Amino acid sequence: MIAIFHNYGGLLLQGFGQTLLCSIIALLFSLIIGSMFAIFEVTPVKSLRVIARVYIEVFRNIPLLVITMFFYVVIPMFVTKISGFAAGTVGLTIYTSAFIAETVRSGIQSVDPGQMEGARANGLSWWQAMRHIVLPQAFRYVIPPLGNQFINLVKNSSVLAFVAGFDLMYQGNVIASDSLNTMTTYVVIGILYLIITLPLSYWMRYLEKKLA
Amino acid sequence: MSMIEFHNVQKYYGDFHALHDINLTIDAGETVVLIGPSGSGKSTLIRTVNGLERIQEGQLIVNGQDLANRKTDMNRIRKNVGMVFQHFNLYANKTILENIMLAPRLVLKRPEEENKKIAMDMLDRVGLADQAPKMPAQLSGGQQQRIAIARSLAMRPKALLFDEPTSALDPEMIDDVLNVMKDIARDSSMTMLVVTHEMGFAREVANRVVFMADGHILEDDTKEKFFDGQPSNERARQFLSKIITH
Repeated sequence: MIAIFHNYGGLLLQGFGQTLLCSIIALLFSLIIGSMFAIFEVTPVKSLRVIARVYIEVFRNIPLLVITMFFYVVIPMFVTKISGFAAGTVGLTIYTSAFIAETVRSGIQSVDPGQMEGARANGLSWWQAMRHIVLPQAFRYVIPPLGNQFINLVKNSSVLAFVAGFDLMYQGNVIASDSLNTMTTYVVIGILYLIITLPLSYWMRYLEKKLA
Repeated sequence: MSMIEFHNVQKYYGDFHALHDINLTIDAGETVVLIGPSGSGKSTLIRTVNGLERIQEGQLIVNGQDLANRKTDMNRIRKNVGMVFQHFNLYANKTILENIMLAPRLVLKRPEEENKKIAMDMLDRVGLADQAPKMPAQLSGGQQQRIAIARSLAMRPKALLFDEPTSALDPEMIDDVLNVMKDIARDSSMTMLVVTHEMGFAREVANRVVFMADGHILEDDTKEKFFDGQPSNERARQFLSKIITH
């Protein structure tokens, strides 16, 4: 195992960095986009609800790999060349945002409707009531399921390996075929994923306790 | 001057005719108590006044604006018409003080210092100034309802709607809430529409009593006629005898 670290340290480090970078970008944007579509889903504006429904049902029900391949192969044919890393990160963001939208929507709907009604009767606009009263309570409810989504997101970033994204999984494949030490390589790769996901999962648990 | 005017108002939920040809005028400063059996439409009626429920036909004029008109700005109505709910609906994620200060800050753009002073005055008025830093869940139902009243008052409304404000409370809490409401009712400038079965409250401070059943207004009497004389409507008489003997 030490030999793997010794001989392939640079590749492992690059893979780890790419996986971490992709995860952070995708996490941030999927949270923003997902929350936006969750809000669209519960607005009184019907057209926004329809848009959100279509977006969520489409991207939640297509394999991540297909979405990623679409960006990697189809976009360059018609629009512009796109790196494997970019295609993978965009694919992962869109795919995950559909799940986050559903998670956040369920959180919004578990807030007592009296909260929105009380705020509206008090003179707040729908958006003010959503922003100051409903959403803060909704996010508190959905921290545990959001944590699951974030952990899935980190693991799903291994989709980059299919589009030459130079992430952990990709470098793992390279190292395994070069060193021929398959088992040790994938054990090392697994440990490196854990280094990202375990602190994330503990942090989410801490947030859950702190805000409960 | 009239504050609230219903002219031939109809309200439907699908096929269900919830409000039947409602005609009702409430003058500024009046306190009107609305009673009736459950399912009679009294909650629906009170909720149309601040646009929580929309009407399908007729005219509903509140503070000079017609709520039947789709273009009417509901938020402008709600600035002037507060509402107190059966289940309080305090903001669970905000302190008591923030509950009261939020709407004046966001909606009226009231300066922070003045906002806080008014909020504390209102808390004082409902006898709960010492609860300002707490969260709603730390308070009893009766206290929460008084906070909800203070929250509505802080907007300095012209009218207040009360939708069964004491129905969810323990008996020993009810008087504290009713006393606050009586205090507001005696203030001659406030218009109040109150859905309640607290006949003691009606007897003491109401100007008029309105009886509803099955979506119709069956009786609209002065307090004196309703309690001391006899309601002319048979169902109203029966209902009254039931709630008085209890």
